[in-house]
Amino acid sequence: MLSRLASPRTGGLLALAAAIAFLPLALRNNYFYDIAILVGLNAIVCVGLNLLIGYAGQISLGHAGFFGLGAYGSAILASRYGWPPLAAMLTTTFAVAALAFLVGRPILRLKGHYLAMATLGLGVIIFMVITTEDKFTGGPDGIAVVPFSIGGLILRDERIWYWVIGALLLIAVWLALNLIESPAGRALRALHNSEVGAEVVGINAAEHKVMVFVISAVFASLAGSLAAHYSGFVTPGKVTFLHSIELVTMVVFGGMASTFGAVVGAAVLTTLPQLLTVFKDYEMMVFGAVMMGTMIFLPRGVVPSLARFIRSRRQKGSAASNGEAA
Amino acid sequence: MSVLHVTGLSKKFGGVNAVEDLSFDIQPGAVYSIIGPNGAGKTTLLNLLSGVYQPSAGRIAFGEHELTGRAPYEFAGRGIARTFQNLQVFFHMSALENVMVGRYLHERCGIVSTLLRSPRLARAERACREEAAEIMRFVGLHNYLSAAADAMPYGALKRLEIARALATAPKLMLLDEPAAGLNPTEALELDNLIVRLTERGVTVVLVEHNMRLVMGVSDHILVLDYGRKLAEGPAATVRNDPKVIEAYLGGAVAHDGSYGNEIASVVAAAVEMHR
Repeated sequence: MLSRLASPRTGGLLALAAAIAFLPLALRNNYFYDIAILVGLNAIVCVGLNLLIGYAGQISLGHAGFFGLGAYGSAILASRYGWPPLAAMLTTTFAVAALAFLVGRPILRLKGHYLAMATLGLGVIIFMVITTEDKFTGGPDGIAVVPFSIGGLILRDERIWYWVIGALLLIAVWLALNLIESPAGRALRALHNSEVGAEVVGINAAEHKVMVFVISAVFASLAGSLAAHYSGFVTPGKVTFLHSIELVTMVVFGGMASTFGAVVGAAVLTTLPQLLTVFKDYEMMVFGAVMMGTMIFLPRGVVPSLARFIRSRRQKGSAASNGEAA
Repeated sequence: MSVLHVTGLSKKFGGVNAVEDLSFDIQPGAVYSIIGPNGAGKTTLLNLLSGVYQPSAGRIAFGEHELTGRAPYEFAGRGIARTFQNLQVFFHMSALENVMVGRYLHERCGIVSTLLRSPRLARAERACREEAAEIMRFVGLHNYLSAAADAMPYGALKRLEIARALATAPKLMLLDEPAAGLNPTEALELDNLIVRLTERGVTVVLVEHNMRLVMGVSDHILVLDYGRKLAEGPAATVRNDPKVIEAYLGGAVAHDGSYGNEIASVVAAAVEMHR
């Protein structure tokens, strides 16, 4: 039992749950809650995106587009057409999943990084449609969104949103960990290593890549829907190519192929700009510098590098104590 | 009934016929070896037989299933597993996980039970882990049960590929030069392993340059030269076929002196068999 608690899987989930539970002690006002919720939403996107980048070895440069589709889908269906927010969210999610499938299926049959190109194009198209179709989307001005409600219960308070997003982030991480530790997850890691090696034991590489691409798009879409209802307003600002790059940077910074790394990456790179508001105009430069610095000094990302450092320290420590005993 | 039925198989790379109009049957429960000088098309043939290459012409059928034009994972699904001459080990994973990947066809399950980690899946995962460990012991990797793949020596990695292929529970296993790069002791152990594979009911197709190994374990031999069938038949017949001796001794020497070792081993094996 103790060993199960100490496993990276259960231990990590418990640590994350504890962090979410105790963080409010440090959140002095609604502004802090607002940042924490933003971190949670970005973390959900990054956990999904990390499955694609870290495990399937594919890059998406259009996840802000899926995030935006989620946000606008919910906004339009719930606010313009008066759908119940939950129904609007689920319908939007299914539509985004279908879109990701349609785009991913032909592209991911090709070997190589064509998905990056395709998603880059898709993200730009989504952005253009959202800014020009102002009858539905409000164009560059954006669109107001009704608050989230289930039955008669209306979700307005930042503090309640915090707990909802926190719980959803935990669930997202749990789902991602389940996927990684499954036959499908092993198949993904295997084909990332050697595609032909994976194929000859019966793994359909293209099918797995499409599956994980759709899952990552669904995570982004759900986060987008929640973000729209939470902030009560959506603008095309979060649908830009730059935001897609930010999301990829968060995953790379935190550590590819590390689910908790994705959460840490989202946390650091979401709060950093808030702390460094003086850099506002140079935000992208800071992001670029962070990306470059990570690639040069921590190519495996912050969390995996840290884990390796601690493990080697511990091994050295136990070797030293063994030496003393002998 | 033949296990694998190949008719008129050809593969062209540009103007080069790597494999040309090959027809043969592989019977179940035997060791079927494919030999020939370097560049004879042996590895190309294995790539065709595992779906890694698509043939330019000809057909491949396995039992009553037509496999021509299918993807590698479909070949695997029908029970054809393989190893690679240039290792295709999953180096970012542990040795045990490599073998567990081989269990994929028997372990995969729906996306919902994967994401929710159903109790049934959790149980299956434990069973899969034990089964993979059992297979590692079978191929003689009991010392590497908790090793990372990238920390294993070359000889062990070759066995790891065999273990991964065996984990798919294949009917037919294609071994591409399993003895290449092994020391003499390891190569000797390989004979034994191949025999035990056939005892498990696996039909082994062996591409190999080590003639001692080939002559020792083969029931049937196919000799390729420039992508064409030079000779085929029971091991004892092929060994004495004048055309085969010509290709190895006459032709090969004339083209390239580097076949010396190979020829020496053929001669040595032939002498040993005749004694």
